[in-house]
Amino acid sequence: MDWNLIIQVSFESIIGSTAIIYALAAIGLNVHFGYTGLLNFGQSAFLGVAAYGLAMSVTTFGLPFWVGIGVGLLGAVVLALLLGVPTLRLRADYLAIVTIAAAEIIRLLFRSVSLSEWTGGSDGLQRFSDDFYAMNPYSQGIKILPLIDMDSRDLWVLTVGWILVALACLIVWLLMRSPWGRVLKAIREDEDAVRSLGKNVFSYKIQALILGGVLGSLGGFMFALSRAAVQPDTYGTELTFFAYTILILGGAARVFGPVVGAVIFWFLIVFIDALLIELIKVGAIPTAIMDPNQAGSVRYILVGVGLMCLLIFRPQGIFGDKKEVMLDAR
Amino acid sequence: MPAETLPSLADVPREPGAKKPDAILVADGVVRRFGGLTAVNVNHVEIPRGRITALIGPNGAGKTTFFNLLTGFDKPDEGTWTFNGKTLGGVPAHKVARLGMVRTFQLTKALNRLTVMDNMLLGATGQKGENFFRALIPATWRAQEREITERAEELLVRFKLDAKRNDFAGSLSGGQRKLLEMARALMVRPDMVMLDEPMAGVNPALTQSLLGHVKALREDGMTVLFVEHDMDMVRDISDWVIVMGQGSVLAEGTPDEVMADPRVIDAYLGAHHDDEPSEEPPAPVAAAADAPETAAEKPAGEEKA
Ligand SMILES: Nc1ncnc2c1ncn2[C@@H]1O[C@H](COP(=O)(O)OP(=O)(O)O)[C@@H](O)[C@H]1O
Ligand SMILES: [Mg+2]
Repeated sequence: MDWNLIIQVSFESIIGSTAIIYALAAIGLNVHFGYTGLLNFGQSAFLGVAAYGLAMSVTTFGLPFWVGIGVGLLGAVVLALLLGVPTLRLRADYLAIVTIAAAEIIRLLFRSVSLSEWTGGSDGLQRFSDDFYAMNPYSQGIKILPLIDMDSRDLWVLTVGWILVALACLIVWLLMRSPWGRVLKAIREDEDAVRSLGKNVFSYKIQALILGGVLGSLGGFMFALSRAAVQPDTYGTELTFFAYTILILGGAARVFGPVVGAVIFWFLIVFIDALLIELIKVGAIPTAIMDPNQAGSVRYILVGVGLMCLLIFRPQGIFGDKKEVMLDAR
Repeated sequence: MPAETLPSLADVPREPGAKKPDAILVADGVVRRFGGLTAVNVNHVEIPRGRITALIGPNGAGKTTFFNLLTGFDKPDEGTWTFNGKTLGGVPAHKVARLGMVRTFQLTKALNRLTVMDNMLLGATGQKGENFFRALIPATWRAQEREITERAEELLVRFKLDAKRNDFAGSLSGGQRKLLEMARALMVRPDMVMLDEPMAGVNPALTQSLLGHVKALREDGMTVLFVEHDMDMVRDISDWVIVMGQGSVLAEGTPDEVMADPRVIDAYLGAHHDDEPSEEPPAPVAAAADAPETAAEKPAGEEKA
């Protein structure tokens, strides 16, 4: 058994770019769902629009990097308006239906053959991240065996990524202890009551949708830059549902819930996968039961069972307040 | 304005749609249909300023629907109304509240996972910190937050909820939630408070204090319009009573007059003949007093109207 390898991939998953991407996606969802009660099932679209906004600006249209970032952010805002304006006056489930459909439409547009001249079709786009890596101040990587072995590019991604996560948490923390955040939480509880107290509920819901979308779009930038590529199918419904899982695991309506959730979720996925593969390799698990290809599916089964147990024994997630969650059951 | 200096209601004719010397709310031709059912059909009604007016009528008379229409939570098929001289037709609910007309709900809407104090603070209007950008800079709203916290604290003491200030509203009893909802409405500093069955489901020990609070609103110069089934309470606190039946105003007058009115007795008995003949009550007053807040009575669309 190569424990060193297991330890290294597991540790890297804790601090790695995937945890960062999903933490940002889930921080955005936390604003939508955790604080405001908006059922956004299309968070992947916010990441996708940002990633493609950046990639297409730079690769397809030859615009500067920072313009690409601006286009991506603007894309997230426009998407929030497109999704929110027609649906947020209606019952809550309309937003859920529209967002999941819109996210799929957007993914299919990215991969459609007729647009591949601009989007690169199912292959996606590359060569838009040179300016990002040109800003890399690190001249060499980091190697502390058995924990970590990363090159300077990885290090730069992690630095920027965790700064963004910290900033996103700071913004959410500041907002949610303000009267603005109080209105959002009240809308989650009962929007008619909030209306009866003179608040423009529609406007706050739009603001929440934009904020959560923009925070999620930061995850889209990190996704594109860490891979130095965009690919349409990485922005599918799976991303959204993982983000929900992470949010509930960490504890909804808690500032650090999504971050802790993302770290634990990806640690478990990577650790179980590496462990199973090693166990198969040394013959501890006979290939008659499971071969290395199947280990990838089994890890999801195991993580799923673990999450079910969590919801049974700790429905409030890791950070949540049980009393608070139980109030919901009335 | 203390009640004594208000124009007397003694000369107001005892008839549906009677003109009042100083009306804060005037509605004309308000009609709301649900499919084939005309839930509200009010020709003309005026609510006297600074008074406690009771809106009574059997279940399904259209009282809640009328509340929803007046406060912008529902849109009428026809009709206009003015509040403080301003036309309110088509004005969205949150603007109606800002104009000074605040309502509570038949099924209490406490914000369960907010604390009692946060419920109260939410009620204050014109908060700087409710703007997205200012929210990020606490220095811009701290002082105002302290002010409204003080005001909320006073109201909580008055409503005997101060010991609960840091509890989740969801952990309060039914009666305490009614109290909280009323106190929260006062944070808006309304001119007129509309209470939909404020006593329903409230523990009898609390009803007296609730009644006291409603009377206190009048002392503070507010106009109160409230829906209530318990005729003893209606008699106890209201200056004027408006009776609704099958969507329209059937009668108006002082509590004693109205309760002796044969049309009113008919309305209550009639409604019960139609709905639940087996539970036909012996007398109209008792019938009204017994009418509970039933889930069946709540219109399906009220919550998300
Ligand atoms: N959203 C709705 N859809 C259909 N019918 C409704 C709706 N709201 C109310 N109604 C009907 O309108 C009538 C008046 O209801 P309501 O205003 O709740 O009466 P009240 O409050 O006087 O008991 C009832 O017959 C009720 O069933
Ligand atoms: Mg009613």
